[in-house]
Order: sequence, then C-alpha cells, then structure tokens
Amino acid sequence: MKSRTTSGYGELGRLMGLLTGDEKHGPSATSTLDVIWVLYDRILSITPATVDDPARDRFVLSKGHGPIAYYAVLAAKGFLGEDQLAGLASYDSRLGHHPDRLLVPGVEFSSGSLGHGLPASVGMAHGLLVRGIGARVICLIGDAEFDEGSNSEAVVYAGGIGLANLTAVVIDNQSSSHGWSGGIGRRFAVEGWLVHEIDGRDHEAIAAAFLSTAPDAPTAVVARVEPKG
Amino acid sequence: MDLRSQFVSTASALVDSDPRVAVVLAEISADQFAGASATHPDRVLNVGIREQLMVSMAGGLALAGLRPIAHSFGAFVIERAWEQVKLDLDHQDVGAILVGAYGSYDWAEGGRTHQSPGDVALIDTLSDWVVHVPGHPAELDAQLRSAAADDTRVYLRIGGRSNPEAFPTHHDAWSVLRQGSAGTVVAVGPTLRNTLPAVSGLDVTVLYAPTVRPFDADTLRSTLRTPRIVMVEPYLAGTSAAHVARALADLDHRQLGLGVTDPDPHRYGTLADHDRLHGLDPRSLRQLISGFLIP
Repeated sequence: MKSRTTSGYGELGRLMGLLTGDEKHGPSATSTLDVIWVLYDRILSITPATVDDPARDRFVLSKGHGPIAYYAVLAAKGFLGEDQLAGLASYDSRLGHHPDRLLVPGVEFSSGSLGHGLPASVGMAHGLLVRGIGARVICLIGDAEFDEGSNSEAVVYAGGIGLANLTAVVIDNQSSSHGWSGGIGRRFAVEGWLVHEIDGRDHEAIAAAFLSTAPDAPTAVVARVEPKG
Repeated sequence: MDLRSQFVSTASALVDSDPRVAVVLAEISADQFAGASATHPDRVLNVGIREQLMVSMAGGLALAGLRPIAHSFGAFVIERAWEQVKLDLDHQDVGAILVGAYGSYDWAEGGRTHQSPGDVALIDTLSDWVVHVPGHPAELDAQLRSAAADDTRVYLRIGGRSNPEAFPTHHDAWSVLRQGSAGTVVAVGPTLRNTLPAVSGLDVTVLYAPTVRPFDADTLRSTLRTPRIVMVEPYLAGTSAAHVARALADLDHRQLGLGVTDPDPHRYGTLADHDRLHGLDPRSLRQLISGFLIP
C-alpha cells in the first residue's frame, strides 16, 4: 500500500471524482458527506493507526447505499490510499457499492441490506460498556431506512435501557415514501432519546449536536439535507 | 435434567465463570435465567420479543469482543431472524452461539408456528458453522463449554427426548457404537433413542453423531464396510445427503435420508405421534432401515 496522506474538506469533491469518474455529484450522492466529514474530522477518536484499538470510537454506516462520500472521507483521512479509489466495484477493488468490513480498514460493519446497523450498534455499544471501554458508537441511517422495523426494535430497547454511549444520526432527505408525520425525531424522543434536529450541511451545528449527549440516554441527531431529487 | 434445563444451567455457569460470555434472550426462557440475570444484569439481557434485535445484538457484542449466546425457539432464532444470522454474524465474519429450542416438533400441540425442521438445512447455506445436536444433557454441557471457549459460529439445537446414555467427545467426532457388514446407520442426537431398538439384531454399523457440522467423514469412511448409508436426522430428511455424497464421492454407494418428511402436516398431537407421522418411531425405522440395507 502506498503512503497515505490526509487532506481537507475541500479535497472531497476531487476524491469522489476519483471514485466515480465524474466531476459533479448530485444531492443523493453527497447527502451524508458533511455529517461523515465532521465525524471523522472533529468527533470520532479513530485514526488509521488505531483501527484495531479496542478503545477506538466506532462509526457504523448502516445506510450502505451510496458510500462514495464515506470512501472519500476515509481517503481524505488516510484510511485509504488515493490509488485505491479507481475502479469502484470492479473485481479487484476493495470498494463496492456497499462497504465490506473485511476489505476496507476502518470500516466497522458491512452494510447494504437496510436496518441492520442500528440493532448491531446497540450490541456494540453494550459490549463496550461491559468491557469497561469508554468509547462511543455512532450509527448513520437514512430516513427511508428507518422504514425497516428492526430499527424500531433497537430504538425502543436502547431508549429503555438508557444506552448513553450510542448515537444514531439520521440523514433526512425526505426519501421515505410514506414519511414520518411530525418528524422522524419524535420516534426517538418518545422512547427517551436525547434528540437534536439540525441542518445536515452546517458543520458547526453537526459538531455541536454530536458533542451534546446525555449521561443516561442515547442520542439521536436528525440531520436535514435537501430532498432527494 | 432435560436438555433445555441443562442449557440454562450450563449457560448460567458460563456467565459466572467467563467475563466474555453474554446471554441475549427475546423473552423466551427469561424466567429460567432470572437468577443469572440478577447476578450479572449487564451480561444476561432480555430484549423483549425482538428476535431481529437479539441476533443483531449478538453480532454487535461479538464485534465488541464478547462471546454472545443468543437463544429462543429454533423457529425464531434461526428462521424469523434469518437475514440477521446471514448478515450480522456470517457476513461480518464474527462468531456467536445460537441456541434453538423445541427441535422439529417438541411441542407438536403448538403446531407449525413453533416448529423448525428446516433450521439445519438453512444453516447449511452458510459456511463455517458448527452444528451440535446433543442427545443427552452431558453432551450439551460439554458442547456449550467448548463453544464458549472459542470464537466460532455455533448452532446448538435443543430438541427431542434425551437418550439414556451420553457419548461426549472432545473433537466433535462420532462414536462407533457397533460394527456390522450390511451398511452404516448414523443416528443424529436424540434420534438414537428410537434408532437403537430399531436396528436391534441387524448386522449393521451404528454411528452416533451429537455434532453434524463439521460432518465426520473420517469416521464414516474408516468404519465403512459396505457403502450403504442411512442417516437418521431429527430435522428435514436428507439434510446431510450432500455431505454423505461428498464423503463417498469416489465410491459407488447408496444412501437413504430419514428425518422429518412433510414439514407442515397441519396436525397437532404429541411428540410420539409425530415420530410415527414421519417414520421416526422404532417400528417404522426398523422397516425403513432393513428394507434399504438388507433387501
């Protein structure tokens, strides 16, 4: 593997271009971009050197569809070499249309089928507590992914036991066919989660939301972005 | 002690002795684990009637470095939460011990909704699983303890009436109970109870398998005198047929798979009624086995 360098937010467009071969990317390709960037830039305690450290924070991309922004951030932060970005989803590439934890260093969970990441994150967060590890688990889901009933199982249980080291971030681009009347945040709030509703493009608001947690409840961050085109 | 009580007893002891072990339940058997839960509330978890969450959490706990034991009826831990088994354990390449109770038709009065004769066939669509089918509490105890000590993916299938005698092994090898010349009968787990009287006086080799995956082809081959095999399995008939065929691929051979026939017969009744329904009572077994091996 070639030497890795880190680069800034301004480089993400170019890195996504290396992945897709296109210069421009629509809102649905970049709906997660700002949240994932802020997580890796300012919130998560994890670096390419600590991907196997038991004490690292865990980021679980449950919404595995459209992982271009995720890969771009991993490349910008040095988890992936830029030379690995070409040939997306080709036979010899580690990077597919859904990420695989066995193939990509730093990927905590292989996703694609919706509704698996949050329930697994509940187990991860609980396991870290049992082991006395004070790390966070932050799981990203989509508002349409929330349709899957397995998420409801996780929201009710994690709220009920007050799983404080768990954070769910919902990228809300209003792509759920039947929507969430009164807003998706209500589903978390009613189960006792601390809920922040923010602009998913505002880096300061994103960082502030992730830094505001409760000692006895999980946290949900609902990050609104442009509606899916 | 029956098999399910032994499971509760051994799992509770493991939670006590091994800080890596965590039991995850979805209401089923939660009462029996009340004692262990009171002592270790952080490692005996009842998530309510949420089997998807139970299996996904097992995956997450394993990813965090624990050794999860997830338990419900086989119908719910394997079949209802099947995609979680496939993706959150197998695809992540993490281990867990899944424990399914009620076998194929232990609660025949309950009907199809609480039966899982297809569980082992489903597990066979994945790779690298160990499948234990204990026929005696002492076997279950040894299997669960050895499973808890490593990180493999294990399905422990609790079902059927226990056999009178235990045959625990340390390497998941099959026991050679008898040697004969007309062919080999392999009894899996609790089917030994009805198979032994069925083959009484027949000139056959009898092997006993409390573990079916890995499939002990070595013992099958090393004791083989006549290449005619009858597998007696307490789940879908023929589940191990591909394994027998692979083990004997270089030999002209014949095989017969006995087990659960119609998985949804729309009949209630007792376990003994369903033994007869599927041809797994001693009398039917004798007729089927001798008809195949000793024409």
